[in-house]
Amino acid sequence: MPQILVEGLAKTYRVAEREPGAWGAVAGLFHRRWRTIEALKGVGFAMERGELVGLIGPNGAGKSTTIKILSGILRPSAGRCEVDGLVPWVQRVKHVARIGVVFGQRTQLWWDLPVIEGFDLLAAIYRVPPDRYRATRDQMVGLMRLERLLGQPVRQLSLGQRMRCEIAAAMLHDPSILFLDEPTIGLDAPSKLAVREFVATLNRERGVTVILTTHDMHDIEALARRVVVIGNGTILADSPYETLRAGVLAERRLHVDFAAEAPAIDIPGVEERARDGRALELAFDPAVVAVPALIARITADHAVEDIRVDEPAIEEVITRFYQLHGAEEA
Amino acid sequence: MEAALRPYLATFSARFQLMLQYRAAALAGFATQCWWGGIHIMVFAAFFAGAGAAARSPISLAQVITYTWLAQGFLSLNPWSGDPDVAAKVRTGAVGYDRLRPVDAYDWWFVNAAAWMTARAAPRAALMFAMTAILFPLAGLSAWAWAPPADLAAALMFTVSMLLVVLLSSSIVMLINICVAATLTDRGVNSFVAPLAILFSGNLIPLPLFPDWARVALFVQPFAGVVDIPFRIYLGQITGWVAWAGLGVQVFWIVVLVGLGRLWMGRVMGRLQVQGG
Repeated sequence: MPQILVEGLAKTYRVAEREPGAWGAVAGLFHRRWRTIEALKGVGFAMERGELVGLIGPNGAGKSTTIKILSGILRPSAGRCEVDGLVPWVQRVKHVARIGVVFGQRTQLWWDLPVIEGFDLLAAIYRVPPDRYRATRDQMVGLMRLERLLGQPVRQLSLGQRMRCEIAAAMLHDPSILFLDEPTIGLDAPSKLAVREFVATLNRERGVTVILTTHDMHDIEALARRVVVIGNGTILADSPYETLRAGVLAERRLHVDFAAEAPAIDIPGVEERARDGRALELAFDPAVVAVPALIARITADHAVEDIRVDEPAIEEVITRFYQLHGAEEA
Repeated sequence: MEAALRPYLATFSARFQLMLQYRAAALAGFATQCWWGGIHIMVFAAFFAGAGAAARSPISLAQVITYTWLAQGFLSLNPWSGDPDVAAKVRTGAVGYDRLRPVDAYDWWFVNAAAWMTARAAPRAALMFAMTAILFPLAGLSAWAWAPPADLAAALMFTVSMLLVVLLSSSIVMLINICVAATLTDRGVNSFVAPLAILFSGNLIPLPLFPDWARVALFVQPFAGVVDIPFRIYLGQITGWVAWAGLGVQVFWIVVLVGLGRLWMGRVMGRLQVQGG
């Protein structure tokens, strides 16, 4: 029995529309036109206890809507959803006591309260027994290295410091599931690394089930074994990260630095991607053109100083994937 | 029982302490209220000096003066605007986060409103008391001072009545909060409720000074319970069964408005779930 079960989840909103300009504003007073937006059209997936899944997709794809339904904030228009045997939006109070949620763009701590007082208040709100709270808190403070931040009001923290506190705050009632909606948005590199390490530790050592949405593919690369790609309100792919990467883009890149001005290369199956003086970047499919054969041909014909093979950046992989499925932001 | 109440008690005390931090606001509020109170009292003194006014008034000038200082001191308990935190949450969409807490949404906002009001009222009322009930008599201004309660019974009943004020005012603030959540802005409802609260509570003109034919209607409407009823009990202006009836009016409106608020909140939150924050 999976811990999270989602089937045929659909969500439609109605938004009021009006003609542009002053006349449109007046007309809107008398007659509203409504437009229906389908945020989700039949989303379904299942997750086992202790899994860590990355949920990715372009802006407006339905990631946040999915998280909001799973956490009980929104009620879907159709479909089924059970988390630990509870229907989130029906048994809301019981459900939310068992989950932790972090929205990267919002704060759940009290702006004017010192971090530690916010933690105490959350422990009271979740009715965590005092000794269990102290144990969990100390563990989180240690893991996230928050000792020096505890006495500071939240408004004085940097974004990276705050996000570390936010995730710790979401763990104080020892939830079995953690929803992270863009937890690394706007963070600098060290903070991102700290957040990733923390999430990985929670998942590995405490067995917390994690659903993570992000636009930073390095988060996915570092954390998620399994990736669910969502676009236009439907699931485009649900597979291990490596499969997704290999399937979408087997393409490799060859960077060559020539001794003289880069020549034109005319080999079937090889495309020129960029050139800059003596440097040349070539794209090829290793299934069509073998790497050793390609290098041999180029070095035989030209004087070469340096040569490197790499894979395209993950951002490129994912953009290509969205394009293939027509899932770019409308 | 204690575990059930823990989230609400902790929230109340956190919000109360947080609001107490705003000392400059308390001092500024106190200064404004002294100014207002002074003007009120001068106007009423001129009114009572007029021909025959004092003889026909059901309430004496000395009582009006104490009534005025009480009304100014406890101004923050008057429910004339919604909780600004709720308005901010509605504007930023953080209401969703409130839905992630394992607490009853109505009760949680309610204790927040109660803490917000009492924490603002406490320092202002204390300052007002220190100045008009202690310093004024010492300075020989006894005629203009905040007088002690009529008797012990009045003092006890006043204490009970003030506790009811906190509940009644919070239930009215909750209706405003829910309206803010439903309309997504606090401007409209605040500017609508503020004059009603100021006028019908007795804050602007003590309710006994209204025409005879309006008295009963004014006594049984909800806003009387936040200013007029407790202060007239304090003054001994209403005693015996009328005073008990006053407490009854307060309790009646608390029950009705909390019931109404709960129903409405359920609907608005249901709609938020459907339509998104």
